[in-house]
Amino acid sequence: MSITLTDVQKDYSDKVQIGPVTTEIQSGGVTALVGPNGAGKSTILTMIGRLLDIDTGTITVAGQDVVNSPSKAIAKILSVLRQENHFVTRLTVRQLVGFGRFPHSRGRLTIGDEKYISEAIDFLNLTDLENRYLDQLSGGQRQRAYVAMVLAQNTDYVLLDEPLNNLDMQHAVQMMKQLRRAADELGRTIVIVLHDINFAAHYSDKILAMKDGKVVKHGTPAEIMQNEVLTEIFNTEVNVIDGPKGPLAVYY
Amino acid sequence: MFKTADTTQQQRHSGPITDRKHMRRYVLIMTILGALAVGLTFGVMTWDNPAETGSRPWWLIVGMRRDSLITIAVVAVCHAVATVAFQTAVNNRILTPGIMGFGSLYTVIQTTAVFLLGVGGATALVGVGPFLLQMAAMVVLATILYTWLLSGRFSNIHIMLLVGVVIGGVLGSLSNFMQRMLTPSEFDVLTARLFGNISNARADYLPYAIPIVLVVVALLWFRANTLNVIALGRTTAQNLGVAYKRELIIIMALVSLLVATATALVGPMMFLGFLAATLAYQFGDTYSHRLLFPMAVLFGYTILTASYFVLRHIWDAGGAVTVIVELIGGLVFLIVLLRKGRL
Ligand SMILES: Nc1ncnc2c1ncn2[C@@H]1O[C@H](COP(=O)(O)OP(=O)(O)OP(=O)(O)O)[C@@H](O)[C@H]1O
Ligand SMILES: [Mg+2]
Repeated sequence: MSITLTDVQKDYSDKVQIGPVTTEIQSGGVTALVGPNGAGKSTILTMIGRLLDIDTGTITVAGQDVVNSPSKAIAKILSVLRQENHFVTRLTVRQLVGFGRFPHSRGRLTIGDEKYISEAIDFLNLTDLENRYLDQLSGGQRQRAYVAMVLAQNTDYVLLDEPLNNLDMQHAVQMMKQLRRAADELGRTIVIVLHDINFAAHYSDKILAMKDGKVVKHGTPAEIMQNEVLTEIFNTEVNVIDGPKGPLAVYY
Repeated sequence: MFKTADTTQQQRHSGPITDRKHMRRYVLIMTILGALAVGLTFGVMTWDNPAETGSRPWWLIVGMRRDSLITIAVVAVCHAVATVAFQTAVNNRILTPGIMGFGSLYTVIQTTAVFLLGVGGATALVGVGPFLLQMAAMVVLATILYTWLLSGRFSNIHIMLLVGVVIGGVLGSLSNFMQRMLTPSEFDVLTARLFGNISNARADYLPYAIPIVLVVVALLWFRANTLNVIALGRTTAQNLGVAYKRELIIIMALVSLLVATATALVGPMMFLGFLAATLAYQFGDTYSHRLLFPMAVLFGYTILTASYFVLRHIWDAGGAVTVIVELIGGLVFLIVLLRKGRL
């Protein structure tokens, strides 16, 4: 059971076309989506998460067609977090994370739900902040609260669009370690858009590189972490050197 | 040691009420509003009744005032609940059904009726059939208008608002055009219908209006948990498995039913719902629609009865109630808009 994309295409206009993309994202483990700005990473991710209509092609998650299956059923196996989030409702961190249980509880939180909520909050080190309102948090703290909501949803497949946005070094590393743990210990499949190629190489099992709306490379970090490959993908001179913890891309 | 673990577990809960203080505040405000509502109701019923207390004429006057109060209650429920649900669906706490062209829709329907049928036909148009027909026309047209506006065709809220206002303007000129071709007596009949008036509301519609409102409010009440999620915006709601487009159509149809009912009773009101909803968000401070709806309704009812009491019993200008409430509501709207500085 995995995520499969078959001839998936999105035409924003005559000039901007994303796809066609045909690929399979393995289940279990972390897959990083990388590529320059405007490559189509968010487009592909939100289409997998059925937040954006597909023009042509099909996407299945765990064998279910994301467009034709009931949204209710998909919400129990797949969760997705977008790049930008904004709410008119005034919510505390805990209330927000509590909404992650909606697919299971339909709004009536049980003691079991509260347990998942507490776990997700603790998992992202938000325990002390759980009763704060979102508008009283820093950008990075808020970003972690959004991720906690998605984790509380407790789905096999988790799609995250740049969750490291706004995070400092410590929290970025912590979040990647936690996502790694969720994949290793809980068997989750995590698809994550990352901008830092070194993070992608170190924490993911597979890297899916996109450019100009197409998938240009899909392989293990070792296969992607090559001078020519990275230089080609990112349109900028990249040198890969041996670091203390594996290959390191130097691009500055 | 187990005891501490237990108490922290108990404190960690996620409901719409954050803590004891919040709970106390909510209950206190609801109690004050409830007391005000009861007091004003009693005041309106008994104040300055010229007949001898307890006599037959006295009861007759009380009965007439009771009808006005029931109308006020129905109108308050309609506008308060409809506005909260509408603002949740459009994910914006400034826009209201009235601002998005509902009043113009009503005017155009009424004008068309008089225009096509003339005085005789239009005055004959009273009773259940025409009432339901007029409701149906409003509900269908408004649902189409709102779902079209919300279909995601308009990339941002400003364009959506602009389109809503322009449609209102176009419908307005259409009505104006037809009104110019009416005879003076036809025009009289029409004006009487267009201006909201609680003192001589169409109380004969109440037996149909009340069941409609009760059913619609019950339907929204059962959807409250879904509404809470929809308030988080399209993508979050979709992620959580809400069939967003279908829910929007349902909510818009229910909202249209409520506003159409209130409009059929007392004419268009643009800002009553805004006033009630804004106060409920401010004082309720919660995402839960099951807590917001009752508070908004009580605010709406209290504001309307208070204006009715003052205008009718003190200034002797009962006909101006809706006008005054709209004036206050419009001012509050401007203040909120200026303070927020954005839509
Ligand atoms: N709603 C839209 N309408 C028109 N074009 C769009 C829309 N959304 C995205 N695009 C275009 O599609 C292309 C891909 O956008 P996408 O958001 O998927 O890029 P991305 O890889 O996520 O980039 P980034 O790293 O900047 O987040 C871009 O050229 C963008 O301008
Ligand atoms: Mg993006």
